[in-house]
Amino acid sequence: MTINARVDRRQFLRVSSMVGGGLLLGTMLDATGAAQLFAAEATPGSAGEFTPNAWIRLSPDGSVTIVAQNPEVGQGIKTMLPMLIAEELDVDWNDVKVVQGDLDTVKFQAQLAGGSTATPNHYLPMRRVGAAARSMLVGAAAATWGVPATECETSSATVVHKSSGRKLRYIELLDKAATIPAPDLAKVELKDPKSFRIVGTKVRGVDNHSIVTGKPLYGIDITLPGMLYAVYEKCPVFGGSVKSANLDVIKREPGVRHAFVVEGVGTDPTGLLGGVAIVADSWWLARSARKKLKVEWNEGPRATLSSADIAATAAMLAKQPPQRSLRKDGDVDAALKSAAKVVNAEYYYPYISHANLEPQNATARFADGKMEIWAPTQLPAPARGLVSKALGIDESNITIHLTRGGGGFGRRLMNDFVVEAARIAKETGTPVKLLWTREDDMHHDFYRAASFHNFTGAVDASGKLVAWKNHFVSFGDAEKFAAPATGNAPPPFGAGAGIGGGEFPARFVANFQLDASVMQQHVPTGYLRAPGSNGIAYATQSFIDELAEAAGKDPLQFRLDLLADPAETPQGSLVASRMRGVLELVRDKSGWASRDKLPKGTGMGVAFHFSHRGYFAEVVQATVSKAGKLKVDKVWVAGDIGSQIINPSNAENQVQGSVLDGISEALAQEITIERGRVVQNNFDGFPLIRMAQAAPVEVHFLVSEYPTTGLGEPALPPAVPALCSAIHAATGKRIRSLPLSKHDLSWA
Amino acid sequence: MKVSLKVNGKPTTVDAPSDMPLLWVLRDVLDLKGTKYGCGVGQCGACTVHYKGEAVRSCQLPVSTLQGAEITTIEGLSNDGSHPVQKAWDEIDVPQCGYCQAGQIMSAAALLKKNPSPSDADITTAMNGNLCRCATYLRIREAIHKAAATSAATPAAPAASSSRPRQAGTPRN
Repeated sequence: MTINARVDRRQFLRVSSMVGGGLLLGTMLDATGAAQLFAAEATPGSAGEFTPNAWIRLSPDGSVTIVAQNPEVGQGIKTMLPMLIAEELDVDWNDVKVVQGDLDTVKFQAQLAGGSTATPNHYLPMRRVGAAARSMLVGAAAATWGVPATECETSSATVVHKSSGRKLRYIELLDKAATIPAPDLAKVELKDPKSFRIVGTKVRGVDNHSIVTGKPLYGIDITLPGMLYAVYEKCPVFGGSVKSANLDVIKREPGVRHAFVVEGVGTDPTGLLGGVAIVADSWWLARSARKKLKVEWNEGPRATLSSADIAATAAMLAKQPPQRSLRKDGDVDAALKSAAKVVNAEYYYPYISHANLEPQNATARFADGKMEIWAPTQLPAPARGLVSKALGIDESNITIHLTRGGGGFGRRLMNDFVVEAARIAKETGTPVKLLWTREDDMHHDFYRAASFHNFTGAVDASGKLVAWKNHFVSFGDAEKFAAPATGNAPPPFGAGAGIGGGEFPARFVANFQLDASVMQQHVPTGYLRAPGSNGIAYATQSFIDELAEAAGKDPLQFRLDLLADPAETPQGSLVASRMRGVLELVRDKSGWASRDKLPKGTGMGVAFHFSHRGYFAEVVQATVSKAGKLKVDKVWVAGDIGSQIINPSNAENQVQGSVLDGISEALAQEITIERGRVVQNNFDGFPLIRMAQAAPVEVHFLVSEYPTTGLGEPALPPAVPALCSAIHAATGKRIRSLPLSKHDLSWA
Repeated sequence: MKVSLKVNGKPTTVDAPSDMPLLWVLRDVLDLKGTKYGCGVGQCGACTVHYKGEAVRSCQLPVSTLQGAEITTIEGLSNDGSHPVQKAWDEIDVPQCGYCQAGQIMSAAALLKKNPSPSDADITTAMNGNLCRCATYLRIREAIHKAAATSAATPAAPAASSSRPRQAGTPRN
């Protein structure tokens, strides 16, 4: 991995506060950090300890305990946020012990894992938390010496009086520091990033040792005294409910303590859906009893739904006038008439599942009117709200402990499994761990929405893109969608199933038209890593490739030309120079210019995408044998996520994982629907990428002068179209639908 | 049924339903939570443990077949994370979510015991049955090479048993 300083001085600092496509998570901070949000009371420490705020505890033995406030699901935040605090506190990382914070909406803001928002939300506030504590320690030393605090500096948990050379270690200052008034967080002095000693260095995950030695860390590992184990069966048809179940038979099965029907609260799958709970002495016994379970379902109106019907409806809608116009610039139809070449193409991508390796689970205990929950959730505060509402328990009587999550990817933004566990525990009166089977997980996901893009584009005689039209067909509230838009309400797309009017190449082509129609949403959809973007980038960038070919242009140069500075760049939208920067970097690193020397059957493809404030351009080299055997040879990535790579080790890992995740989605992942239910059951039907398909991924960052932003998502979207483009370069074949397994391609 | 077996060198007798897979005996009877449930059908490798010198899927081994068996889990690979594979995993900073890594490490340790200096192809063959949803495969490969290099400096491990029960491998998908 390389981190490349950016030399383009034309750039200037600006605030990007809008999420680039996809999920907007009610985030709270402007990028400069809103200090008033940190008025939280410190947790009282033990005697002799200094606890300046809710995140930091300094102990007389020299240990530094830092609370990691956000849920950790593999994005590395449990390491990264404490790094920011430790940096400004000016302690040695080796002395830091990180503990996971529980849900606490008084102490903590934006305690969530989603939308790659933690870095932009917390980069400055977490530094201020550390700096505030540091300034109190400096104040204590200055008072001891009777010198101005401005004459003091710190290093390795020690305050130094510059002129006299006197030193006091933090552990000698703990009592006195506690008497120093806490500074105004908005005004507290921060380090010059050039002097960072922790941030910007490769720091290993704080849980690594526990992970490699098999210590209990995850939701599935929670054990409570007297705990029972639950399974929960819901209707395999979306929206179905329980009519009756052979509970008497189940109750006689070995080890079964409880078996009961749960009435759902409404029919929203993000809440509590009805089903049958079986609670037993062990999970295996609960699961074994479930094999005897016979439920008569009211399957409801979706019992005949199928993927074939959905495709047919989408094709019909594509032929009809669009229900809504999302953006219209210039005159596309006139431009098409006068263009040199017109290209039409239809693109499709399927539903896919999150497939966290740790199946959904939660553990709950209800006693004396209080509910205590341990859960691997990405959105703990809404989990509490959901449990409160569904079970009629005041939020003040609900505690949520955050466990490490065995993958998030957006699945655990929904808290259905949390409310189920709480509901079951409330009924049994004993602690209960609810664990879904892999099959439950695959059948009851909030899937990445399938979507259909119907493109028309045109280039003029000079090869310039002059017209772009897309009729996007997806899912949502069909009745509302077809009705005239009212006010500023966003179009009623299903969750993660939408597209924004500003989606590229809006602003970059004079005649641009984005229209949309929806089918009624029957299959629950949600937010899967780089939601929206993970499919939109595939369709859009692939079609750009087709237009480059029509123009007779190098697809990378065609993109650079397309990215000429537009007339305006609204705040939060794609900044052309940043994208050109990563495209040029990936061009140079990948050897793009000499790709014509690649052997026959080997090709390079390129794509870029802006999402979650991040700029990524990627080149894939792939080889396809005559027999259709696909091998991804290598991937080159260039990314711009602003001025600071906080943890280069994790940054590289995230990018490599994102790229391979994108390839994983493209290769063979597809959720299909028959008779109103999901066809796939397990990893045999829904394959994830394996070692044999994991191509090398070379990662380069372009450090710019923009605010530092998140990395959990934005590297994923370009991987898919870059791969498809490489397959085209290798074979001449366009991939207009996913997955690749449907295209006479196979792999090792 | 009562089954006597040795887990991580410690003799133990468990009373469990005869069809209960070793995975659940480890997790819910013996409270060894390092071995993970991912799929229950031998597709993901999160439940990999050592049995007769082989990396095996504990979700596919009913406890009734394990009378007298000697099992090693991630907790028994070393008690302090000092096994070369565990050390390499930490140093290379392999984990993202980390959920699959115990299984990955057990497969890697079994590979290195039989083949102290595996090629890339050897690694692919041995590790292809272990899914990583975060796709940390590149670092897994790097960590195995590193562990092999570290182990090369230490005395050779004893040869593995020739018996091959339910060998872990590449499921077709």
